[in-house]
Amino acid sequence: MPAADLLSSQGLRLDGRRPNELRRIRCKLGVFTQPDGSAYLEQGNTKVLAAVYGPHQASKSKMSTEAVVVNCQYSMATFSTGERKNRPRGDRKSQEMSMHLRQALTAAIKTEMYPRSQIDIYIEVLQADGGTYCASVNAASLALIDSGIPLRAYVTACSASLGRQSATHEPLVDVSHIEEAADGVCLTVASLPSTGSIALLEMSNRLHMDHFNIVLTRAMQGCRDIEVILDGAVRQHLAEGWTKQDVITI
Amino acid sequence: MWTTKTFLTKTKRGNILKIVREHYLRDDLLCGSAACNTCPHKDDELVLETSPDSPCALFDFPHYLVLDTNVVLHQIDVLEEDALTNVIILQTVLEEVKHQNTAVFQRLLDIISNKKRKFYSFVNEHHKDTYIERSPGEKQNDRNDRSIRKATSWYEYHLSINSLDGKFPKIILVTDDENNRKLAQEDGIICCSIKDYIENVSGFVGLVDKLSKNVMPETCSKDALYPAHLTPSQIHEGIRCGQLYQGTYHASRENFLEGNASVNGFEKSILLQGHIGINRAIDGDIVAIEIFPKEEWRKPSNIVLEDKTEDPENILEEETVLLDAAKPVDNDDEITPTGKVVGIIRRKWRQYCGILMPSKFHGATRHLFTPAEKRIPRVRIETRQSEILASQRILVALDSWPRNSRYPLGHLVRALGPIGDKDAENEVILLEHDVPHARFSEAVLNCLPPNDWTIPEEERQKRVDLRDVCVCSVDPPGCTDIDDALHARRLGSSDGLATYEVGVHIADVTYFVKPDTALDKEAASRSTTVYLVDRRIDMVPELLSSNLCSLRGGEERLAFSCVWEMDENANVLSTKFHKSIIKSKAAMTYEEAQIAIDDSSRKDEIAKSLRVLNKLAKKLKKKRLDSGALLLASPEIRFQVDSETHDPIEVQAKKIVDTNSMVEEFMLLANTSVAQKILEEFPQCAMLRRHPAPPPANFDTFLKAARQQGFEIDVSTNKSFSKSLNEAVIPERPFFNTLLRIMATRCMQQAAYFVSGSLAADHYYHYGLACPIYTHFTSPIRRYADVVVHRLLAASVAGAGPHAALLDARRQAALADTLNYRHRHAQLAGRASVALNTHILFKNRVEIESAVVLAVKRNALQVLIPKYGLEGPLYLPSEKFTYNEEEHVQKCGDVVLKTFDELTVRLSLDSSNLQHRKLVFELVEPHVPGFSYVPDAGNMEVDDVADTAAPSSEKTHKKREIPAAAAPKPSKKRKSRRK
Ligand SMILES: [Zn+2]
Repeated sequence: MPAADLLSSQGLRLDGRRPNELRRIRCKLGVFTQPDGSAYLEQGNTKVLAAVYGPHQASKSKMSTEAVVVNCQYSMATFSTGERKNRPRGDRKSQEMSMHLRQALTAAIKTEMYPRSQIDIYIEVLQADGGTYCASVNAASLALIDSGIPLRAYVTACSASLGRQSATHEPLVDVSHIEEAADGVCLTVASLPSTGSIALLEMSNRLHMDHFNIVLTRAMQGCRDIEVILDGAVRQHLAEGWTKQDVITI
Repeated sequence: MWTTKTFLTKTKRGNILKIVREHYLRDDLLCGSAACNTCPHKDDELVLETSPDSPCALFDFPHYLVLDTNVVLHQIDVLEEDALTNVIILQTVLEEVKHQNTAVFQRLLDIISNKKRKFYSFVNEHHKDTYIERSPGEKQNDRNDRSIRKATSWYEYHLSINSLDGKFPKIILVTDDENNRKLAQEDGIICCSIKDYIENVSGFVGLVDKLSKNVMPETCSKDALYPAHLTPSQIHEGIRCGQLYQGTYHASRENFLEGNASVNGFEKSILLQGHIGINRAIDGDIVAIEIFPKEEWRKPSNIVLEDKTEDPENILEEETVLLDAAKPVDNDDEITPTGKVVGIIRRKWRQYCGILMPSKFHGATRHLFTPAEKRIPRVRIETRQSEILASQRILVALDSWPRNSRYPLGHLVRALGPIGDKDAENEVILLEHDVPHARFSEAVLNCLPPNDWTIPEEERQKRVDLRDVCVCSVDPPGCTDIDDALHARRLGSSDGLATYEVGVHIADVTYFVKPDTALDKEAASRSTTVYLVDRRIDMVPELLSSNLCSLRGGEERLAFSCVWEMDENANVLSTKFHKSIIKSKAAMTYEEAQIAIDDSSRKDEIAKSLRVLNKLAKKLKKKRLDSGALLLASPEIRFQVDSETHDPIEVQAKKIVDTNSMVEEFMLLANTSVAQKILEEFPQCAMLRRHPAPPPANFDTFLKAARQQGFEIDVSTNKSFSKSLNEAVIPERPFFNTLLRIMATRCMQQAAYFVSGSLAADHYYHYGLACPIYTHFTSPIRRYADVVVHRLLAASVAGAGPHAALLDARRQAALADTLNYRHRHAQLAGRASVALNTHILFKNRVEIESAVVLAVKRNALQVLIPKYGLEGPLYLPSEKFTYNEEEHVQKCGDVVLKTFDELTVRLSLDSSNLQHRKLVFELVEPHVPGFSYVPDAGNMEVDDVADTAAPSSEKTHKKREIPAAAAPKPSKKRKSRRK
């Protein structure tokens, strides 16, 4: 169901983007020294920190002889939304997010390389302005790379919605909070763009079959665009040579 | 390709909330000018000309115009003229207009999308060079003005450095804000007020008349006649702390100094009286009201008062008549909460049709305009064409109503045609009721199948072939848009009862009207076919309505069928729906069908089928009435129209036979069956029709009047209501029962379309038909609701996925609102057309007719002539008659006049004011010496009451659904309305 008024008559979105444009993405790898890998990522006003520990020996109860156990913990900072709210760790929403993150990230990690081990991924949302899941996946992807854990491919996530410009429907990539709140549909996809496989797909509302393909295509294109940006960041990070972490461990 | 600056906005809501939003500034936005050689325009993006000719004598160089928000809001009528071209509409302006007035916004978008007009919308708020941030302490309006100036300067600069050969158009900022002009001049911007600009445009006659007048600020109290309105923030505060109330103002039709406003939390609406109490509110406005303390509450004055004063300039006349009449008597149950308007929350002005009353002074430019709608006050307009316009119907828009003006100020939009001219008068009716009636556009006509279309082979494969079944249609004479046909045949028997197969076949309009085509959009926006006495405004083009969709006799047509298996007691055993092909054996009129049933010598298939249908229909009807369905009535008449001049020649009561009711019963059954099916399949987005039970307060006056005639009506449920209506019969007055039903109809609520997901299930009930759910399925040729229902039903039986828009609950809800609005206005337009034709009919005649009293007012009786369905006031002078407020009766000596009384009146047309004809009612019987009109013996015939009443009481019972009131009745070529 396309929500009204997401597109102006000149074809711009509420914040001035065109339908196929992502929000500004800024990111940095290796922001902490304590974890094995870390990253900070901004997607518009959504800001996320990710930290990776491991692989290390798994606790007995979770241990698997086949593959590494990926453990995710998602949480939102008290000050992350307009209304300050005390969010107990492990509330329903966070648990669901953690599960979904785990599903997407496990798909990217070469889990078979570390049996009997465990990787812990911590994600903290510092500021939320729509698309926190996508930003979390993208940040975690960078943090995993920073930690040196072998991945099959970049895993990136992106959302898409549907707007209407006069009579034609136009999918909108990378949905911000106001667009999410406009009561339309929001489709979120996590994928490994270089292999074309989808790790997770979620929809916030019902979407008519007629529109599903164009929205999904646009979200997948968003994933590919994000991969290019992340890849650029990784290359730049490596080109800068020594990371702070390395400086200290030497 | 996109710059990424973010910015922060802080917004305060109830509990202060900081909202941070991104705002992207771009460098890829085009200027739209052909004079620029830098921006990478594509050909169709070059909107503004290289070197436009200046239309304005003040500026002799090529230029573009930049308009500010108020110019667009107030002067949209001028902008719609072709005079101004090469105009830049800034996004700042576009957004402000959208926020303040969606109607103007839509009209502005239409202008922008018209390529010929060369209006370019420039997204200055997202352009990296024209975006400005609000400085601390700066008001939003000031920022917007600054933003407009910034964009204007940018354009000037941008064109000057990027021009092809050093020649470039200048930019002129058009604004009526003096302060803004001053600041702009400091920045070196050329500016001008819209008035100065337009007055110097030559070559467009009457353009100046369309200028909206300057607005005097509310704070200015010079020569003020009215108290100032509160500011929006004062109103907001007042409502928040409970001192003020918000309501919609409804002016009284009868009394121009009285109105009321419905306010949440009050059972009765709030009474507003006098110039000061109404304080410049106009019918439909959303107003802020202060309610007086209980001691000052009054009651509706019950007098008929017209604004007759000869152009009093700016003086408010005495209101003593009104206020005396409204003085409360102790313990009067009619005392109504009373208050006054203290502010306007939102104006709901539209354009009004009416006539000009030229000023007595020769050469004056200020004139008064009298709207056709009685609830709208007269309007002051300025024009230099008063002599031409005086004989024309004209369309006027309101501009403002300053405190020092007796009347609101407005301006001429256009002339519609000579007064009394049939086309001009019809145009007035259509405009006043907002009926879209332009010709179908090329785009719409392109969606039609070829004239010689026949059923394609693949459709024959998909559909059930019912061509051999004896299907026939029954309609009023002259009907060309036949959308339903019926059949019935004996099947066998079960449990000792005979069983029948009964089918209702509805024209398959959705085969031709595919979703989201231009044709579909046009039909949706029209929503319904509108029937005027001499004209039909089709919802879909004639090729469909009168030919390809119409289920004509002897022709193969596509249909959507609803087929039941029924036992002889009319219990439905099974129901199925499918698309089909039918070949109607006969298209009959009601009378022909009736004759076929009654003529026992006829043993053919059609007659047999009709007899079965008729028998079952009677049983269905009985069941329906037993469960509490109401039989209501409206005065219904039918004009005989001259085939050449289209003038009405005669008017007569509509004849009704059994077969009317027969068709009606099966349509009702089909509608309810379909409603169940689509609700089951689409619980969230089924398009249904509901009829809420009327609130008991609606019945107060009605019950009182019935009691005076000696009847207690029980209105507690529809069942008891129906029963007591049936019992209220006066044998020697056959029309009385019909009259009672007419009055009861007026106590009812409107039935309305809605989307199932938007209401709780217990609100689905249809009070008038006493059925739990109902919808419209049977007239897709002339109602868009039925088109939607057809699509839903097709999706639920064929399994094919429904079209996306059907499942969009919000869009469907918006559509339901449009349908209700159009439906209501189509009814009103039809009634207005009947009134118009009655006036034409009475142009040269005077008649003495029987009449009945519908209501007793303080200085008049509201009377109804059943024969013509005409209604109007019969004025009673106060020196002869005394009004008893408690009993609602008028007395003069022995003569007592009360509601439901039967009178004889003389009916004539008052043409003394040629521009505003009206019917005059004079009392003949009962005789009041010195007042009643005495007819010359032998000169006039007096119709006997019983004569005219007898057929009508029979006929008016057969209404398929409760109409709001009088439904206009068909002319030769129109079809009766089936619900
Ligand atoms: Zn340019």
